[in-house]
This record gives sequence, C-alpha cells and structure tokens, in this order.
Amino acid sequence: MQRIGVFVCWCGSNIAGTVDVQAVSEALKNEPGVVYSTNYQYMCSQAGQDMIKNAVKEHNLTGIVVCSCSPRMHEATFRKTAAAAGLNPYMVEIANIREQCSWVHKEMPIGTEKAIILGKAAIAKVNLNTPLIPGESPVTKRALVIGGGIAGIQTALDIADAGFPVDIVEKQPTIGGKMAQLDKTFPTLDCAACILTPKMVDVAQNDKIRIFSYSEVAEVGGFVGNFDVKIKRRARYVKEDVCTGCGACVEKCPMKKVPNEFNLGMDNRTAIYIPFAQAVPKVATIDPNHCNMLKNGKCGLCAKVCAAGAIDYKQQDEIIEEKYGAIVVATGFNPISMDKFDEYAYNQSKDVITSLEFERLTNAAGPTAGKLLRPSDHKHPHTIVFVQCVGSRCAACAEKGKEYCSKICCMYTAKHAMLTRDKYPDTEVYVFYIDVRTPGKNFDEFYRRAVEEYGVHYIKGMVGKVVPEGDKLKVQASDLLDNKQLHIDADLVVLAAAIEPDKSARPLATMLTASMDTNDFFTEAHPKLRPVESPTAGVFLSGTCQGPKDIPETVSQAGAAASKVIGLLAKDKLTGNPCVANSDELMCNGCSSCQRVCPYGAISYIDKEFRMPDRTTKIRRVASVNPAVCQGCGACTVACPSGAMDLKGFANEQIMAEVDAICK
Amino acid sequence: MNKEYLRDEMLRMSGVNPKKCMKCGKCSATCPAYDEMEYHPHQFVSMVEKGDIEPLMKSESLYRCLTCFACVDRCPRGVEPAKLIEAVRLSVIRQQGANRLKADDVPAKLDDDMPQQAIVSAFRKYSK
Repeated sequence: MQRIGVFVCWCGSNIAGTVDVQAVSEALKNEPGVVYSTNYQYMCSQAGQDMIKNAVKEHNLTGIVVCSCSPRMHEATFRKTAAAAGLNPYMVEIANIREQCSWVHKEMPIGTEKAIILGKAAIAKVNLNTPLIPGESPVTKRALVIGGGIAGIQTALDIADAGFPVDIVEKQPTIGGKMAQLDKTFPTLDCAACILTPKMVDVAQNDKIRIFSYSEVAEVGGFVGNFDVKIKRRARYVKEDVCTGCGACVEKCPMKKVPNEFNLGMDNRTAIYIPFAQAVPKVATIDPNHCNMLKNGKCGLCAKVCAAGAIDYKQQDEIIEEKYGAIVVATGFNPISMDKFDEYAYNQSKDVITSLEFERLTNAAGPTAGKLLRPSDHKHPHTIVFVQCVGSRCAACAEKGKEYCSKICCMYTAKHAMLTRDKYPDTEVYVFYIDVRTPGKNFDEFYRRAVEEYGVHYIKGMVGKVVPEGDKLKVQASDLLDNKQLHIDADLVVLAAAIEPDKSARPLATMLTASMDTNDFFTEAHPKLRPVESPTAGVFLSGTCQGPKDIPETVSQAGAAASKVIGLLAKDKLTGNPCVANSDELMCNGCSSCQRVCPYGAISYIDKEFRMPDRTTKIRRVASVNPAVCQGCGACTVACPSGAMDLKGFANEQIMAEVDAICK
Repeated sequence: MNKEYLRDEMLRMSGVNPKKCMKCGKCSATCPAYDEMEYHPHQFVSMVEKGDIEPLMKSESLYRCLTCFACVDRCPRGVEPAKLIEAVRLSVIRQQGANRLKADDVPAKLDDDMPQQAIVSAFRKYSK
C-alpha cells in the first residue's frame, strides 16, 4: 500500500479564487492511501517545495499528488522536488486544478467539486504507480540546417563557431535566399549584397560547414540527438567539385530564353546557369527542362567549352544518409500569388509589379542594371503608386489573402518610396496605406523621413482598382482623411504582396512530426518562453518559417536557435523519457498491428524462444519496443488486440483506475 | 427613433457585422458611384455601427448605390457594405408601403442602353 501525500496549491488567487482549497485538501484526506494532505499559497515556491520534502521524510511518503497548474508547467519542478527528497520522480502525479478547473469555472462550489474529483483520480493513479528509471541515449554532434537564406546561414555560422559541424541543405543552386535578391536594407540603407555575401563566403570557407545546394530533405527518422536524415541531392549535371565557376559554359549556351527566376522572370537566363555573380557554391547548374542536350541529345556545347571537364550529362539524383543530433528549420517565405487580385491588374499589365520585383528593378545586378525603368516599354516612370497590404490582413477569403499582417511591408515600402524620390526627384510617389506599422528601432523615424524629407505622399486609404489604359495605369483609390475618391494616372504600380511560408514547409513538418499553425508557419514550443524551439524535441526554428520577420529579427532568432542547438550538442548523453511502451511477450500474438500504427518506427518484431508447459521450447514472433525511439504516444496500446502493449507510467490499469475514481 | 434599435434592425436585416471593418476604405475606393454619393460606402459601415442611421435614411446616397457588389467582392475583411446599404434602403421603402415601380410603367422607361439587371433592380428600389 502506498503512503500518499496530497498538496493543494492556491496559485495565489488563480486557483483559490474559484476553488475552496481548504475543502479540497480536507476531502482528499480520506482517500485510500492518503496519509497526509495540506494546502499552500504557492506550492512551486521554495517554501512550498520544502513543505513537500519535509512531509516525505516526516510521513514516510511513497507517492505525491500535487493539485496545481498544468503538468506542462510544473510537473518537472515537482519531480525534481521528489527526487531531492529521495523518492522516484515518477511517483509524482499532478491534478490540473487550474487550467482544467479554476480557469474554466466561475462558481466556487462547481470548481471545488471538480477539483476534488480530479484529485481523487490522481490519487487512484499514484496508488498504482511504480518507480521508473529513464534510459540514456548518445548525441550525434552534428547539426542540420534546412534552408540557406540569412536565417540558415546565421544559424550555421553560430553553431560552427562553437565547434560543431553543420550541414546546410538548400533547394536552390546557391545559398543566400531572399536577402540575396534585395537591393538596400532598412532602416540603415546598407546594400543587402554588401552585408550578405561576406557571410556566404564565410559559410563556404568554414571547414565545419558543408553545403548541400540543389538538395532537399527526403526522409527524417530517429529522435532528438539521433536523427537519421536522407538528403536528396538533385542532379545538376555539373560536377560540383570540378567546376571552377568560370562561366564559359553560360556564355556559350544557345538556350538563352529561359525565364530567370532570380530576377523573378523579368529577364532571361541560359539553360546552364549560375544564379548570380556571388553565388555560393559558385558552380553552374543545368536546367533539365530547357537544356537541348538533356531533352533531345543535341547540343553538348557546354561540355566542349568546359576546360575543367565538369559537365556530366549522365549525372543522377543521389540520396545520401547522414546522422544529426539537432535539426534547424529555416525554410523561409515567398510572396503570395497575385493571380486572385484581378482588381490590381497584375496579370494584365507588366507595369503592375510586386515589391520583390521592384527590388530587382532597382538592384544594380538586376534586369535593368539598377535603372528604374518600366518593364513594358523601358521608359522612366514619373508617377508611382505603392499599394500596401495586398493580401495581408485579408480575412474575407482564404484563397485570396492571409489574415495576418506580413510585418515587413510598411518598412520596405517606405524604403522604396524614399529611395525612388532620392534618386529620381522628378517622380511623384504615392503610398496607399491602411495603417503604417513601424515598431522597431529607428523604424518610425525612417518612415517619417520618407514623408517629411523626401516628400512621399502617404494617403490613408486603399486602392480599389487599377485599369491599364494606353500607356497609363488608371488608379482609383480612397483618401479617407479627405473623404475623397482619388484618380491617379500612374506609370508604375507596386503591390506590397503578403508573404507566406515556403511550400516545402508543410511536407517537411510532416517528416519532422513538427507542428504548424493554420497558415503553415511552424509552431514554437512556447510563444514567449521557448520561441525558437519546436514542440518536437531536437527540432529548432529560425527565421520566417515561424512567422513574418525582418532581417534584424531573423538574425537574432537565428542566433538564438543556434545557442539552443549548441546547448543540446554540448551534452554527451540525453536522458530519455521512461514513459515508453512495453510489450508483454507472453500475451503478444505477433500480429504486427502495433508496428503498423507506430508513427516513430519504434517497434520491431523478433523471434524469441519460449519454454512451453510441457518442457518443450517453441519459437514465437513477438513485438519489441526500442525505448530510445518510442515517444510514449500510446497508439500501439490502443491498436493491440490482445492487450499485450502497455505504456509505462500510463498503464491501462492506471487509466482505468482514474476513470473509476472520477465516476465513483 | 431609438439609435440602438435602428442599428440592430439594420444588422439583423443585412447580416453584416460592421465591427469586422478595419477602415481601409477599399469599398469606397472601388465604388463606381462614389461621386454621386453624399455618404460613401465606408461611411455607411461606420455610421451604421455608431447608430447614425437617420441621416443615411434621409440621404439620396441610398438610391445612388448601383448594387454592383464591387465593395462586397473586394472588401478584405468580408464586411459586405452593399448589403448594409440595401438594408437601410429597404427600411425606408418598407415605411413607405407598397409604392413600388409598376410593370405598366416599365416600357416608358426603357431605352436600348439599359441593362436588364437595371430593370430587375428598379422593381426592388425604384420608389421614393
């Protein structure tokens, strides 16, 4: 028989405001096994924990029930307290009388009644608890970073700086991500390439970092400290270690009409290409959809001109397998499609562009060599209209826009408007806004400079429609402060398109068993206190895959994710969770039901010799759980038809005892 | 008339929740009849929310709305201003009783440029 102590927490007034804590501790005193019951203002405080420790000694307790907040909050705290008092930490049960009781009920009698019932259930369970001892698993001291934008680059550099090897997997032929496409960066206006490319070179030169460019994560197995990852290296038809990046092949390639994705299709590239001058790795890639040699077997010019002999038309996709201790997701974002915004005539006129296209138009390495020219007729635009919140804060239609604020648009539009007025004082620049949101260091000052010093016309109101007419774009908009409808003949319209997580994020989340929100942003383990960790152990988040962010924020989050990874990789061993599945071999009939439902691949089948009652032996096929891989989800215990599978710490018997106690 | 009663009536008749409005003005930006109106679509939304419905009921703006639903289509928050305008219009018309456009009067008003939809909506709202 257990000797159980019950400790009811007031949580200040959080619990005591709706639950009569005195009545709860009194009522639980007479439950089977209970030898001591008390209540206190803050059980998690030092004084509260001391109270538990003393009671364990004084009353020879073998089990503890704490009626307090959610076990997610303080279960670990009270387990440590029990361990310090010499008890097995798994002899502690938490009855959640805060989130599931005081916070959801308003009247004290109801709250008190439910608290007593929850307490009884926990006591019934502790009566059947057994001491559990966690296993240990080793840590592979290597990290994987998925995505090679500024978030991935910064995380990789910081991890490598601490001495751990890091691999970056990037699906494009080069690292650099969206930041490589930007012109200047707010609010200091330093050029994006000038601050990004040195970091890209650092990555290339760091002997702790390997870059798998033009590659994707194909499969993820294992668990924290011991991930097994398959990486698909797509064939680029160029030997990466032989190519010198001289560009001779690019010059000679006859297929010159392939839309250049780096410039968002505003100019063309060749079928064999290097995305931009500072690409890392600086290696050519053949686009198999446009290469004549790969499509029809006719051409082969690039192989002829390549002095290094790097071209290999026979190259195949390759799968490599690696082990990692930690995985960082840095999959980034894309602007949403403008196809559904017919009112802005994006698909009707080349002169209606997105802000990212505007970045390329003003970038010295862009399609116009940095001169602001209209895409349609290459004329200098005089009247430019910027439209904010295109698809952001849009709750009306999920296919059209996004309900959230994309966060970065107010600042980059202020930057675009300011730079345009600075370089081309003969332009009239209008910005239509709903709200200008500029929280951030030196951000509002930056926006005010655009208005006050550079004479950008900020107009409160939205653009209703854009109609191409001749070589003009007729813009019809609201000026809410003047209560007027405006009609502007514009030469160029720039849409601040909402941003969304990269499409690769959703399948990746499935592979990682990491959770996402309805917008496909990765969910953090705690929105305030664990912002760079996924709820899945060993998976960390960096950059816009977790939510819209500008560059300063992305870099700080990337560093934070790296520090969490370093903390994990610095450990030699990880303590596992002892609450894992366990199969009773005598009852197991070898049906494989459990193996089929296990999401972690923790169950295998072995042939085992059994002694039969008649002293003969018989070999039977039985389930065997790998406790290091099992996450304790309990799916197998439900699937098992013969009742052989059970979960330690959550045995069927214990759960039934809880249910019985509640229904009594 | 009581402001709150009137507001609740408009909301009930239209099924619109003006609290969803984020005051972006896209409804008025998109409105083809804007210049004809004393009160513009975005003002309808905010005035109904405040219960300032009597000035709207007296205004010619009610009959300038084409019910083209451009504002409904383009509102990023799904507020549907045209339905609100229609509700105010209906509440005026209902007070007037059955003085709708009569079928016999239609031929005199037809011309070649008139879209069929305009005739249909005339039956609904041509009565002042």
